[in-house]
Amino acid sequence: MRIFTFGVAAAAGLSIAGAALAAAESQEPIKLTMHDWTGQLVTTTLMGKVLSKAGYNVEYVQADYIAQFAGLKTGDLHVAMEIWETTGREAMDEATATGKVVNLGETGMIAIEEWWYPAYMEEVCPGLPDWKALNDCAAEFATPETAPMGRYLGGPVTWGGFDDERVEALGMDFEVVHAGTDAALFAELESAYQRKAPIVLWIYAPHWAPTKYEGSFVKFPEYSAECYADPSVGMNTSMAYDCGKPTGPIWKVASSTVAETWPGAVEAIKAFTVNNDDMGDMVAAVDLDGKSVDEVTDAWLAANEAAWSTWIAN
Amino acid sequence: MNLLRRIFLQKAALFWVPIFAVTWVLSAYSFPLYKALGARWIIKYPAGARLQLEAKISAFMQWLVEDASFGLFSFRDLTRFISSLIEAPYTFARNALIDGFSVGLGSDAVDVAPSLSWVAVIVTLAAMGHYARDWKLAALMAGCFGYLAVFGQWDSAMVTLASVLIAVPIGAIGGLLLGVLAYRVPAFEMFIRPVLDLMQTVPVFSYLVPILFLFGFGPVAALVATIIYAMPPMVRVTIVALRGVPSEVHDVGVMVGCTKRQLMWKVIIPSAAPTLMVGVNQVIMLSLNMVIIASMIGAGGLGYDVLTALRRLDIGGGIEAGVAIVVMAIALDRLSQAFATRVADELPSNTTQNLAGRHPWAVTVLVVAIGTFLLSYILPAIQDYPESMTLSTGTFWSDVIGYINVNFFDTFEAVKTVFLTYLLLPVKRFFVGIPWAWGIIVMTLIGWRVGGIGLGLLSGVLTAFIAAVGLWNKAMVTVYLCGVSVLVASAIGIPMGILAAQNDRANRIIGSFIDTLQTLPSFVYLIPVVMLFRVGDFSAMVAVVLYAMAPAVRYAAHGVRSVDPQLVEAGLVSGCTPRQLLWRIKLPMALPELLLGLNQTILLALSMLVITALVGTRDLGQEVYIALTKANTGQGIVAGLSVAFIAIIADRILSAFATRARTKMGMAS
Repeated sequence: MRIFTFGVAAAAGLSIAGAALAAAESQEPIKLTMHDWTGQLVTTTLMGKVLSKAGYNVEYVQADYIAQFAGLKTGDLHVAMEIWETTGREAMDEATATGKVVNLGETGMIAIEEWWYPAYMEEVCPGLPDWKALNDCAAEFATPETAPMGRYLGGPVTWGGFDDERVEALGMDFEVVHAGTDAALFAELESAYQRKAPIVLWIYAPHWAPTKYEGSFVKFPEYSAECYADPSVGMNTSMAYDCGKPTGPIWKVASSTVAETWPGAVEAIKAFTVNNDDMGDMVAAVDLDGKSVDEVTDAWLAANEAAWSTWIAN
Repeated sequence: MNLLRRIFLQKAALFWVPIFAVTWVLSAYSFPLYKALGARWIIKYPAGARLQLEAKISAFMQWLVEDASFGLFSFRDLTRFISSLIEAPYTFARNALIDGFSVGLGSDAVDVAPSLSWVAVIVTLAAMGHYARDWKLAALMAGCFGYLAVFGQWDSAMVTLASVLIAVPIGAIGGLLLGVLAYRVPAFEMFIRPVLDLMQTVPVFSYLVPILFLFGFGPVAALVATIIYAMPPMVRVTIVALRGVPSEVHDVGVMVGCTKRQLMWKVIIPSAAPTLMVGVNQVIMLSLNMVIIASMIGAGGLGYDVLTALRRLDIGGGIEAGVAIVVMAIALDRLSQAFATRVADELPSNTTQNLAGRHPWAVTVLVVAIGTFLLSYILPAIQDYPESMTLSTGTFWSDVIGYINVNFFDTFEAVKTVFLTYLLLPVKRFFVGIPWAWGIIVMTLIGWRVGGIGLGLLSGVLTAFIAAVGLWNKAMVTVYLCGVSVLVASAIGIPMGILAAQNDRANRIIGSFIDTLQTLPSFVYLIPVVMLFRVGDFSAMVAVVLYAMAPAVRYAAHGVRSVDPQLVEAGLVSGCTPRQLLWRIKLPMALPELLLGLNQTILLALSMLVITALVGTRDLGQEVYIALTKANTGQGIVAGLSVAFIAIIADRILSAFATRARTKMGMAS
């Protein structure tokens, strides 16, 4: 609840700094969407606080990551701060194509998604992080359900990622098992890590997991657009997806109504950037050290005043 | 008698054994058959003949949201108007409980009045407890809500309470009105019954997207979804309650010259009130069941806390917020039950008493509310429970799960492998192999056999729908997972129920155990289950069993308890041992109840399968979930209807079985 009342409180206390910017614009609250992962809460809270300092009223609304596009299109929701190239592209393109949602550019963070293993597996499986070495000890990763194949825990089906195709194209002795949510994904990792048991799974960054657990991403043949599109490219000349996953920016989007109602705010949102390392630290501070999102974002704002003050400078 | 029984059994065997044998053979050899005949339609419904419902529903939805109009205003204006009607009282409740009242927007906002202090809220609820029953209930209410404050759940709990305070009256009153209408107009009852069936069996996930489109994002959409989910039992209870009013009462009303309206509202409804309160109780419990799902579309509160805690694997945090939901459910459940059984007060005979004397509780509450408001200027802790005084289980629960994981994982793994090899996989192979065409035939035959030609046609058509929309395979995976889970749940639940029926102490322990399992959001135990059993069908099964076991226990206990004592007596007199008494008399007589319990278990298991999609099953539940995450209205509704149809077929067939069992034992109802 603190999260929600915050916007109002901050706006009341700190409106002096950029009040000029927002003076001529609507006092209606700008609705920022909040999802259920910490990184996104941090990004959104940072943006919300900066907007408050510029004199805007902000409101945080919980909404599902993909379902929110419905609200952005109708103008019920205004700004979504994290749309991942890797998981949200399809929905974002569909929404921007209607003209009711606009892309406000990159957040500065780069999404990394790839197969990942904990460090202790290097003893069992020398030669990691090379994918061929991983494939040579596929049997180490086998479970009763998948034996003799190794078990790879993929993300929810909705995340895409082409892992089934990748396994096929690279001729890997692995079976892809899809987790239903990322909570399930990390529950399995936690469980395996406690027991030092073999596991290879889909991990993404920025996230707290690569900070909490020691390990590395598997190195696949490098991604290229051609590798995905053209079967003849890559080591398997008859199949696509014979390479690693792309990395991609995390985008900001807004309802097209925002530019009409709060033109200044749109400029501020466009200017917003934060890098992977800062974000990783903030997420870890919240999820691992138990600090509140409020504390962590305040600390970042205090340390980076030079950066964010330019976002709302004009 | 014996002869009759033998003939019946033989006839039954003549039907069931061949049916099963043919199904088994077809299931095992459908693939070679398709290869031999080159007829791919045997294993896969032909794509050309598929009903293109998904696209049509999506297009209809788009038309409804964007173009539908009544001339002066559009359909969406109407739904948005409804949302603003719901939003106003919700905002008020929320302001009163937690946010406080203010005027103006954002930086211009001026606080007008603070929210009720936590002390005032607790005193109010305790007062209601005392008013409804006695001091003991008052203490329970204070204890439950005190718990919320002490464990730092107060703010979220008040948000959840605010939505319950809005959803329950709307659900209860709406349900009552629909029930009254159905009672008065038989044609309306015919219409509403199947609608209620669908409302109760279509998974909530599948209509969340259209609700978001129509009612906008935020708490109101969540409230609407909650109301749709929680209202049906109220309608049903209302119909039953009104029918249950003795005809003498009705006649007296007519004799004293009531108008129709007076008869309904002054005579019939008041005399049905205790039963109606049972319906209200159901609405409350179902609203709390929805807390997690509602938080996915913006309701906030305790459900949101559970979700975020588990996303960062903070098992302790998830359990604390989950238990807070349970505690709140217990408090509201007891309170509403107390109101249901409350004996109406004598009218105050002494009207000379002053206001405080006549309404001691109302006055106390008012005094406390104002008193704490004033005091909070000196002592802020009275307004907001001080954070430094909250308790937390910290990492205790994570450590417990960690300990079990490190020390017992191999044992679990061994058990799991046995289950998988000897139960789950063979059953899965059996169901997934059944060719769709035979599936339709066999369901028609079973329906016909059990409940006559009408039921046969119904189950045939519903099964055909599932095949025709191209979801046959996923539906069979659903049936398999649900079937195995129900089997295990019954194997555990029925003996527990029998134990509970025969032993008071066991009854108390088992009763509170299953109450907790049912109100604790399943998400809370889903994550530890995944840690111990990995992602997969087995984890899904464990979660479903935990959730769906309750009715098996309850109905078994009820069935055994309500066996005619004279029959038991007769058994004792003829020298039955306790074992014989149980197996030869009590269990056979309890059969209809056991079947109803089985029926409920199946319905709960199906509703839970949608949740287990979150751990990665590949069934209809996953289809619904994918549709939700892609905001695909048509896909969600089609898959949701398929789940509902499976539930309806199971429900009708088992009810028909139960009726037959009853008539056979001469207990026709």
